[in-house]
Amino acid sequence: MPQHGESDHRSAVDILIASDRVPANARPDLLTEDDIWALLEEVKDPEVPAVSVVELGIVRAVRWDGKELSIDVTPTYSGCPATELIEELITEAMRAAGFRDPKINQVLTPAWTTDWITAEGKEKLRAFGIAPPEGSSSKLSLLGEPDVIACPHCGSKETERVSEFGSTACKALYRCKECLEPFDYFKCI
Amino acid sequence: MTQAEALKEYLLRLADSDMILGQRLCELCGKAPALEEEMALMNVALDLVGQARNWYEYAAELIDDGRDADKLAFRRDAHNYRNLLLTEQPNEDYAVTMGRQFFFDVWHYFTLKSLTGSSDERIAAIAAKALKEATYHLRRSSEWVKRLGDGTEESHQRMQDAIDILWRFTGELITPDDTDRVLAEAGIGPDPDQLATDWRGMVNEVLTQATLTPGAEDAWMYMGGKHGEHTEHLGFILAEMQFLQRAYPDATTW
Repeated sequence: MPQHGESDHRSAVDILIASDRVPANARPDLLTEDDIWALLEEVKDPEVPAVSVVELGIVRAVRWDGKELSIDVTPTYSGCPATELIEELITEAMRAAGFRDPKINQVLTPAWTTDWITAEGKEKLRAFGIAPPEGSSSKLSLLGEPDVIACPHCGSKETERVSEFGSTACKALYRCKECLEPFDYFKCI
Repeated sequence: MTQAEALKEYLLRLADSDMILGQRLCELCGKAPALEEEMALMNVALDLVGQARNWYEYAAELIDDGRDADKLAFRRDAHNYRNLLLTEQPNEDYAVTMGRQFFFDVWHYFTLKSLTGSSDERIAAIAAKALKEATYHLRRSSEWVKRLGDGTEESHQRMQDAIDILWRFTGELITPDDTDRVLAEAGIGPDPDQLATDWRGMVNEVLTQATLTPGAEDAWMYMGGKHGEHTEHLGFILAEMQFLQRAYPDATTW
């Protein structure tokens, strides 16, 4: 199992090499699906390493029958360039735990929503400097304005949107009028 | 035309329109009018290219002649491309860029919304994902149309000019052909009449708020993109977009 934080700064080559390694003494047959979920908690999002793929709601299902491991993942956005890397990181983590041939399935339906980000995940986003999504995706109006977004740095609600899109597809760019710091807002979809 | 043929054709239209508009937007990478706009344009382009890949992958499975999504995107010539003519029009000034985006986004939004109820489950799944993104795109482009239209004298004039230049390519968005009709009857594609009504309704609403005048409903329209008859712009886009794959076919390392 990879050590906490270890997976954040590795090159694609490292990942390819590492992903071929299955420890000889590993006993995946002793692991339960709950154990596998716990292992997945250690796999961080490459763009937002503060949160795990589980906290982001990207992992949708885990099936382990003692012989075959199958994990369903869903992309946040259709064009998210991190999708393939995330699948590789999950494969790597599973091989490290002894699963020789984990199956990673990409599922599109139901479509990912920020409502699936766990409460803990949202708190970690805020601590990381990213304002978590406000409200529920089902209540968004087509051409309506988003809710008031609180600054993740000072908590002020006096903020303004600088750009509908930020450093990645899942974020928008805001600025705090109190502390004057710019910040990313994880868009509610 | 059989339903199976219509489906393959329709998937290529969706994929090609996303792909070509995504490529057009990417031309502004490094030279958008402001940093925030650049990020927004590239994010929209990324969404579109991602959606194109989902449609291409499904199309490749149905076409089933050994070509994958990449080959469909990078090894077909202009006459085999099925994108809407609107998507291949040049960026010009920002009013044209956002006007083109707005007309497309309204069509895209209502098309995807309808496709989420498609009897084809794969189409419904891809559309449900894409709809969330298209909704965001539409909100942004309609805000720009309003801001420029109801802005200064010059921005108003430029936005009106953009509407006038682009109008002749909008008929194709809401004029059905056999492919559209076959799929609508099968419950796979959108109802063409509803799509046209929805598109006109929202375009008129936003243009009115933007103090802009739409073109005439009976204006002469350029059509043919859906059948591979394109304006001269598409060849130049493909020449740039497909260069690498044409120069080094089947290369495994770039």
